Amino acid sequence: MCLAFPAKVLKIDGDLATVERSGVKRAASLMLLPDAKVGDYVLIHAGFAMQIIDEREVRIRDALVAEMNGAPRTVEVLP
Amino acid sequence: MVNKILMAHGAGGKLSAELLREVILPAFGNPILNELHDGAKIGRLAMTTDSYVVRPIFFRGGDIGKLSICGTVNDLAVTGAVPKYISVGAILEEGFDFDALKRIVNSMSAAAREAGVQIVTGDTKVVGRGQADGIFINTAGVGELIDGVDISAKKICAGMKILVSGTLGDHAVAILARRHGLELPENIKSDCAPLNGLIHDMLAVEPRIAMLRDATRGGLAAVLNEIAQAANVGILIDEAKIPVREEVRGACDILGFDVLELANEGKIVAVVPAESADKILAVMRGNVYGVDAAEIGEVVTNSAGKVGLRTPLGSVRIVDMPAGELVPRIC
Amino acid sequence: MTDALIKKIARLAEGKGELRFMEVCGTHTVAIFRSGIRQILPANVELVSGPGCPVCVTGDEYIDKAIAYAQRGFIVATFGDMLKVPGSRSSLAQAQAEGADVRIVYSPLDSIRLAQENPRRRVIFLAVGFETTAPTAAATVLAAKAQGVTNLFMLSAQKLVPPALRFLLNDATTKVDGFLLPGHVAVVIGADAFSFLATEFKVPSAIGGFESEEILLALTSLLEQLDGGEVEVANDYRAVVKAEGNVAAQRILSQVYEVADVEWRGMGIIPASGLKMREEFAAFDIERVEPAQIEHVGKKTACRCGEVLRGVVKPAECPLFGKACTPLHAVGACMVSVEGVCAAWYKYGGNNFKW
Repeated sequence: MCLAFPAKVLKIDGDLATVERSGVKRAASLMLLPDAKVGDYVLIHAGFAMQIIDEREVRIRDALVAEMNGAPRTVEVLP
Repeated sequence: MVNKILMAHGAGGKLSAELLREVILPAFGNPILNELHDGAKIGRLAMTTDSYVVRPIFFRGGDIGKLSICGTVNDLAVTGAVPKYISVGAILEEGFDFDALKRIVNSMSAAAREAGVQIVTGDTKVVGRGQADGIFINTAGVGELIDGVDISAKKICAGMKILVSGTLGDHAVAILARRHGLELPENIKSDCAPLNGLIHDMLAVEPRIAMLRDATRGGLAAVLNEIAQAANVGILIDEAKIPVREEVRGACDILGFDVLELANEGKIVAVVPAESADKILAVMRGNVYGVDAAEIGEVVTNSAGKVGLRTPLGSVRIVDMPAGELVPRIC
Repeated sequence: MTDALIKKIARLAEGKGELRFMEVCGTHTVAIFRSGIRQILPANVELVSGPGCPVCVTGDEYIDKAIAYAQRGFIVATFGDMLKVPGSRSSLAQAQAEGADVRIVYSPLDSIRLAQENPRRRVIFLAVGFETTAPTAAATVLAAKAQGVTNLFMLSAQKLVPPALRFLLNDATTKVDGFLLPGHVAVVIGADAFSFLATEFKVPSAIGGFESEEILLALTSLLEQLDGGEVEVANDYRAVVKAEGNVAAQRILSQVYEVADVEWRGMGIIPASGLKMREEFAAFDIERVEPAQIEHVGKKTACRCGEVLRGVVKPAECPLFGKACTPLHAVGACMVSVEGVCAAWYKYGGNNFKW
């Protein structure tokens, strides 16, 4: 019972945010993630933002996988 | 045991099939009905009927009226017929808005004009407030079967290609968005459309098309499973080739829906001889309702009655008949 | 993108004998079937499903209670997932067909709106789930209290993952070489909450996301730990899983709920493995406000749900699987919940498609 999806925070009004996934918008509560800011990518579960997605970690993961596929090592120089 | 009708009995999935098998066919079964196609073939005629209970009544890309004409036109067209005459039965709830009714009737008239069919008979009943929800429409249609065309599961054989006429899930997402608090971009609307022109073009270049189905309730998953079972063949499709709009995919991620199970109202699935697949696709893409048409898979010898889907990992997984009603889920 | 991962897994698994990795998240179970990961794994790597479906590990009584409240005139608000789950006699879908007012909600917060729109009715939200979902129910209770909503109640049956893992590791019948840990539970409780797996039990584990690549990455970590690496809780879902988790969510959860001993299907009562509402919020706890008297029905069937949930037997080893028990006519909850182990095995037919 743990489906969640990443979405971008477009607007915040109190503890209610408007988030967007692939052009589709929905309201999400920020009660469990008061630190989220407009522009953050967040993980949404059952109508609540659960965590801010660390985009640097996403890039590191992609770089590591790319490296296994033979790409040069780039992890150290990632911004 | 289920001893009452559930919503899932009407959802086009497993329970609908069970209702058909255990209640309807034992009572009515005959060689014409037992074909279980979208329309019945009677001599040189095709006949079909369908009831429309969609909520909301007006939605982006259409309304219950347009749907009630297009749905019946499409059921006749996929039977291999030229749709000709339509009957309309409407059940109205006391207090239903007169202007809304006029809008619905006008949109039925426009859809009939586009499809080239005539509404030739009809009936209106009014029931007390609370005994129906606004408006329900039933339409039936008669068409003339096209000479030299035989749409039948018996014609399906291994090696044939599976085509779809465009992006999947648009209708279901347009309908369900508001109910579940989603705001969709302008370009996402119901695909509700009369497809008899498209189908006519396809049959003109290849009369040997073995099967045509309109991928409504239960979506692609239901239609392919029904085809695989009726023809006793396996069907293998490729996930990467299935046309889906990014926004529809997004809505599915949000609501936990499987796009393969989402209803369409303007998409057909065709099973065609391999050698003419490209020719048919070209014709489809030249029609306004087939711009995004794609070849998504083929009929295979093994795994009779089953549908397999090649995933991006390169594995093949089973695509099951949908279990029933589409509800948002968090699992 | 995944080719290298698949090759690495094959290389690491070579010569290691039979390996059993357990996922303890139903969302992983479904993701593994949908992506077809099993078919590309080396023959000696087996993925088994553990007690990862919160609906499945909850007893029939829970659904019986929900139906009893619905029949008493409550509006029952629930995630769509619960609709078809069988209780001892009926399901919510059937109760609905018999006139019960059951509403599907997408978020627990929607149940506040339902309560406000129906001021003369009482609304019950079915609060099930693991640590991922539990804070959303807690936040809903706080929001309802703040808004002065007095006609919304929780029927709570949330469960906690780490105590179940501890139970499995202490259970002689369960044999597991490593755990694929639930990424979204870890988002809330943090990677550190699983460190006992390495320190106390010396069992490899990896926190994984839900894309096929993320699952493969976590499996690679498990194999590396078995290949002479250090046994640890590998965090392969760093984009959202922090060592300490989501502290704000934990705080809200513990404000409303406290830890309790609860019963798991197939495992009995596990100490400190569930949640119950704190006394302070008793006014939102339907079982305190108006307990439901339900008749206990001892169902005697050959259903092996319990062993399936512990990963001891595979669904097909249950005599009822696919025969007396199918998704349309399910005996056990595992067969009907979307992410139930038996439901997934049945739906995907073991993904046995030849062409």
